[in-house]
Amino acid sequence: MQDSPAVRFEGVTLSYGGRRIWSDLSLDIAPGTFVAILGPNGSGKTSLLRAILGLVQPSAGRIDVLGHAPHRGDPGIGYVPQHSSFDAELPFRGRDLVRLGVDGHRWGVAWSDPTADARVARALAAVEAGTYADAPIGRLSGGEQQRLRIAQALVGDPRILLCDEPLANLDLRYQQTITDLIAGWRDRTGGTVLFVTHDVNPVLRVVDQVLFVVNGRWAAGTPDEVLRSERMSDLYGSHVDVVRVHGRILVVGESTESGFNIEEPHHPPDVVVDHGDAP
Amino acid sequence: MDQLIALLGYEFVQNAIAAGFVIALVSGVVSGFVVARNMSFAVHALAELGFTGSAGFLLLHLSPVLGLLFGSALTAVFIGTLGVRARGRDVVVGVVMAFGLGLGVLFITLYKGYANQAFAILFGTITGVSRDDVVLLVAIGAVTLLALAAIYRPLVFATVDPEVAEARGVPVRTLAVVFLLIMAAAVAEAIQVVGVLLILTLLITPGAAAERLTPRPGLAIAYAVAIALLCTLGGILLSLVTNAPVSVFVTSLSFACYLLARFAIAPRRRELRAAPVRAEATSAHAHEVPKAG
Repeated sequence: MQDSPAVRFEGVTLSYGGRRIWSDLSLDIAPGTFVAILGPNGSGKTSLLRAILGLVQPSAGRIDVLGHAPHRGDPGIGYVPQHSSFDAELPFRGRDLVRLGVDGHRWGVAWSDPTADARVARALAAVEAGTYADAPIGRLSGGEQQRLRIAQALVGDPRILLCDEPLANLDLRYQQTITDLIAGWRDRTGGTVLFVTHDVNPVLRVVDQVLFVVNGRWAAGTPDEVLRSERMSDLYGSHVDVVRVHGRILVVGESTESGFNIEEPHHPPDVVVDHGDAP
Repeated sequence: MDQLIALLGYEFVQNAIAAGFVIALVSGVVSGFVVARNMSFAVHALAELGFTGSAGFLLLHLSPVLGLLFGSALTAVFIGTLGVRARGRDVVVGVVMAFGLGLGVLFITLYKGYANQAFAILFGTITGVSRDDVVLLVAIGAVTLLALAAIYRPLVFATVDPEVAEARGVPVRTLAVVFLLIMAAAVAEAIQVVGVLLILTLLITPGAAAERLTPRPGLAIAYAVAIALLCTLGGILLSLVTNAPVSVFVTSLSFACYLLARFAIAPRRRELRAAPVRAEATSAHAHEVPKAG
């Protein structure tokens, strides 16, 4: 394993629509690290991922991804975007979604290709999605779709995996499964994971580092270093308590906006197309 | 039957069938993307402003087919540059369509030629196409299909999964504009058969029926093409035999295909599929992935 960081931020400031989202972020993320990116809504967690993908440019500072400047279409990065559902009638299967991860960005028509099909089959097997890979994707449950998205992100053998709220809309059991899948990939390949989430608890067992952002300020380190009352009070600029109950971590305070705590799920659970999750 | 075979000897019938074949091919392929990208309203706008272009070209004594293409392509560029994002798109389409259609009314009022030219654009005129028109329609169709083949994979990516497509370097916004231009060409083609007002019967219905029949994207396009061919060629032949307008039969046939796909075939297929999928999906959840150390 090489020593140079998988991702390096040097004094990075990110602005959007004239508003400054991040200021002066400097951080090295070593290969093989599982980083949880935490913070309230609108704190620019998604923008950070977009900057690594080369979709937004920092207004100051420098980002290095795998030793070079970020650029769109970097094959070294796998990306699991924020939950968006598929139309129930869309003529498209999980297998087709994963195939897009192999060669969907190339011009021309997708002819049958045994090599690509074999890679897709391996990626589907790795996330144990083979059994529903031929069903219409819009009719699968949120958890099944999420597994397919992870297979799509990993089919290109990336070295960095970016996940944007991959646990939103999932029940507890599926949150665990998805976390284990991603951590298992990290352990097997030595890849790096940047994992945006509202709730650190489902990933607490596997997280090496947390990056917490509030109002353009940030704190980084191990969960024990960052998720402490003094550190979080500093970050929020007012009194915040970090409480540990039954091995879970709660961040609560009077100014954590609208009762924000990192326990709070972002979206109500998705119960519309949930046949796969039913016991 | 004998009557039909005798009719096939006429040049105007051969022209209609040749043009109909190419038009159905283009319509079928494009309709799958129109449905998946949810662009029914844009199709309608392209058609109505194709009418304006056509009326304008008639006024200038130019080819009404080229006028159609000009009007709808210009509209595609407008919509593409002003409103690529889905949320604002319908608003831009509405704004552009209202103005353009007003111009069309002006042109058709100024035009002193035959009133049935306007009627033909509005309701279709396939049995009246000349050999030159056929050549033009085949050329437009071939260019459209080649363009679609060239951008097929990234267009599918951008349609189904725009966030990841963008991250993988697919030019999502450019593709949206290019697809609008492809739609403009398909609209100019399909108007020859069913006219401006009934355009959706060839550019929505085949795709909407096909997606009920299979979850395989390639097969869905093949089904859409088959349905478009059945409706177009069936409509032309029935119209020749009965003397009723082509569009009456095309719209009826395509509606019948949709109803059949949605209520007769799709529910049966789903029953066949649902049982094994559900059983396997449950067993897949049973064995958990080994926990990470």
